[in-house]
Amino acid sequence: MKTRDLMELASRNLREAMLRNTLTTLGIAVGVASLVAMLSLGIGLQKLLMGKLESSGLFNRVYVAPRNARNDNGGRGGRGGRGDGPLAPQPGEIKYLTTAVRQQFAALQNVTAVYPELRLTADLRYDDKGHVTAAASVPPEARGTGIFDTITGSFFSAANAAEAILQKELSQQLADEGKIQPKDLIGQMVTIRYPQRKPVPQEPGQRPEDFVANGEFGYGFTIVPTEVKVRIIGIVEGAQAGPGGFGGAPIMLPLEFVEQMHTVQGVDVREVVTSPGEQVYASLTIMLNSPNNVQAVEDKVKELGFTAFSLFDAAKSLQKVFKFIDLFLAIFGSLALAVASLGIVNTLVMAILERRHEIGVLKALGAADRDVRRLFFTEAGAMGFFGGALGVFFGWAIGRIINWGVSLYLTSQNISSEDVWFVPLWLVGFAILFSILVSLGAGLYPASRAAKLDPVKALRYE
Amino acid sequence: MIETPQAALRTAEVARHYQMGDATIRAVDGVSLEIAAGEFVALLGSSGSGKSTLLNLLAGLDRPSSGAIFAHGRNLSEMSGDELAKYRSLTVGMVFQSFNLLPRMTLEENVELPLRLAEVDRNVRSSRVREALERVGLSARLTHRPAELSGGEQQRASLARALVNRPTILLADEPTGNLDSRTGEEILNFIQQFNRELGMSVVMVTHEARLAERYAGRRFYLRDGKLSSNGDAQ
Repeated sequence: MKTRDLMELASRNLREAMLRNTLTTLGIAVGVASLVAMLSLGIGLQKLLMGKLESSGLFNRVYVAPRNARNDNGGRGGRGGRGDGPLAPQPGEIKYLTTAVRQQFAALQNVTAVYPELRLTADLRYDDKGHVTAAASVPPEARGTGIFDTITGSFFSAANAAEAILQKELSQQLADEGKIQPKDLIGQMVTIRYPQRKPVPQEPGQRPEDFVANGEFGYGFTIVPTEVKVRIIGIVEGAQAGPGGFGGAPIMLPLEFVEQMHTVQGVDVREVVTSPGEQVYASLTIMLNSPNNVQAVEDKVKELGFTAFSLFDAAKSLQKVFKFIDLFLAIFGSLALAVASLGIVNTLVMAILERRHEIGVLKALGAADRDVRRLFFTEAGAMGFFGGALGVFFGWAIGRIINWGVSLYLTSQNISSEDVWFVPLWLVGFAILFSILVSLGAGLYPASRAAKLDPVKALRYE
Repeated sequence: MIETPQAALRTAEVARHYQMGDATIRAVDGVSLEIAAGEFVALLGSSGSGKSTLLNLLAGLDRPSSGAIFAHGRNLSEMSGDELAKYRSLTVGMVFQSFNLLPRMTLEENVELPLRLAEVDRNVRSSRVREALERVGLSARLTHRPAELSGGEQQRASLARALVNRPTILLADEPTGNLDSRTGEEILNFIQQFNRELGMSVVMVTHEARLAERYAGRRFYLRDGKLSSNGDAQ
């Protein structure tokens, strides 16, 4: 029998026992609604929490550190884990984060920025007093991460501006000494004294091979104290540093400005004896357009032979917990659907009893067992489809009501309202498909029983 | 064995036995007969003689316990379930004592059912249904349901349904059993008309010897599942 004829006959059969089939379909709808409601609660909570975490900006970053083969021995891998890509360093070799590597990372797909973390020891001169403390570079992207949301003053006007943001503790110390309020520091110029690296010029008669390394800085470098003047433009409370993240130092300076300062980095000392002769970074932060792309980029970086780490790893464990919760909720939600599927079995078995004679007539007129089986399957599938669609609507409606209720409660408690219920489009499709599959599963036994009916006996049955 | 091409149906020592507890019921027991294409034969016998069982075997609704049935030379026993369904759909038309029209369908839908099952193209179905109903004088009752018709009209609709797929064999199981004698004759006149005009082979099960004598060219008598007469014209 052709599909259209099958559908027409099935639809006629369903209409003929309208009340019973409607009740069965409603049973499925309740089952699907329970499944959708449970899953959308899990998804909604996950979305709410992950959204909060992602908006912090820490989840779309990959932190990269250089790697040497010696570090790999003995499994002292640390949090980031170690990649074992084909470009992994050979024993004795060190994979440096050079400018070329930085450009290579920047060229990777979905990468929006690559920046180093530059840290330096600085002597902040204010009111003729020195304050030896740490300074760190801050990239322009740090503005949107929420860390600087509570800033007094403003964020850097440009990536290369001679400006500084101070941590509250340092600003308090300076203000106490100057007998002013910390906010009065904003707008004032201060001097930062720091160690600068300067290339050693080539002496007449020196040849490159006379030195261990050569390159950008030629024949090594020397360290000289240097000063820059910066304007204090902001004070921030407790800016915490993530691994390779922003802030985390009493003095924060714009990234490009720090790069132009040519400060001595910790790696420089090692670089003198081992580096390829160009500038290397202690670490690099790769920023991506979406947390979804973190894994791919992290894998790629590991493949290139570097150590990579992302908070996405931590988020993955969180997602695993949510998957478990979703599964748990889905199992509970499915229980109602399982009960509803028994309703389908019952309805179809009743239909066989009622339509036994009719099945005999159909077979006498030329229906194959397969046609009868498909007819019952179509009826089960149709109940599954309508039950699923109705159930999704019920589930969605329940979610809306609960969202409204939660919102009302939170508002009454002076807390900003949040949607804890979320029905994604895939869940709509999944729930309807699942409902159809469960219904077809429930229709297996009745359909096969109907198909196997002996036509001679069925024709005798009145 | 070479089949005679003109034989619409032939049975060779066909038997259908049922097991009831320890007892074996021999409903049909070694029946051999041959029905030529375009022939009208009657299967006669008392109640329980096995004539309806034999008809069901000829219709491909049941499979024999032993022996063989050939329809236009093809052995039904060797056919798969699907092939047998196709045989019932395209080669055989059936008429029953209790009409067996589906009560919730209109006459048009009832007659269209075999066309649906045979996957006949939608465009030609309507004309085929009307043609069949016209042939039995029911073209004005297309939208009526079986309950709105008399017994005779229902049997005529059932005849229209049996011939709508243009089968070569018509099997009728007590077609007049539920009808008064005048209506019964009317039905048999239609069957005779199909036999003569359309060349359909007809096998009619009946216990009314008078009607069998009047309409059937040959009559086979069954007793306890065996043929008690060879079916020669009498």
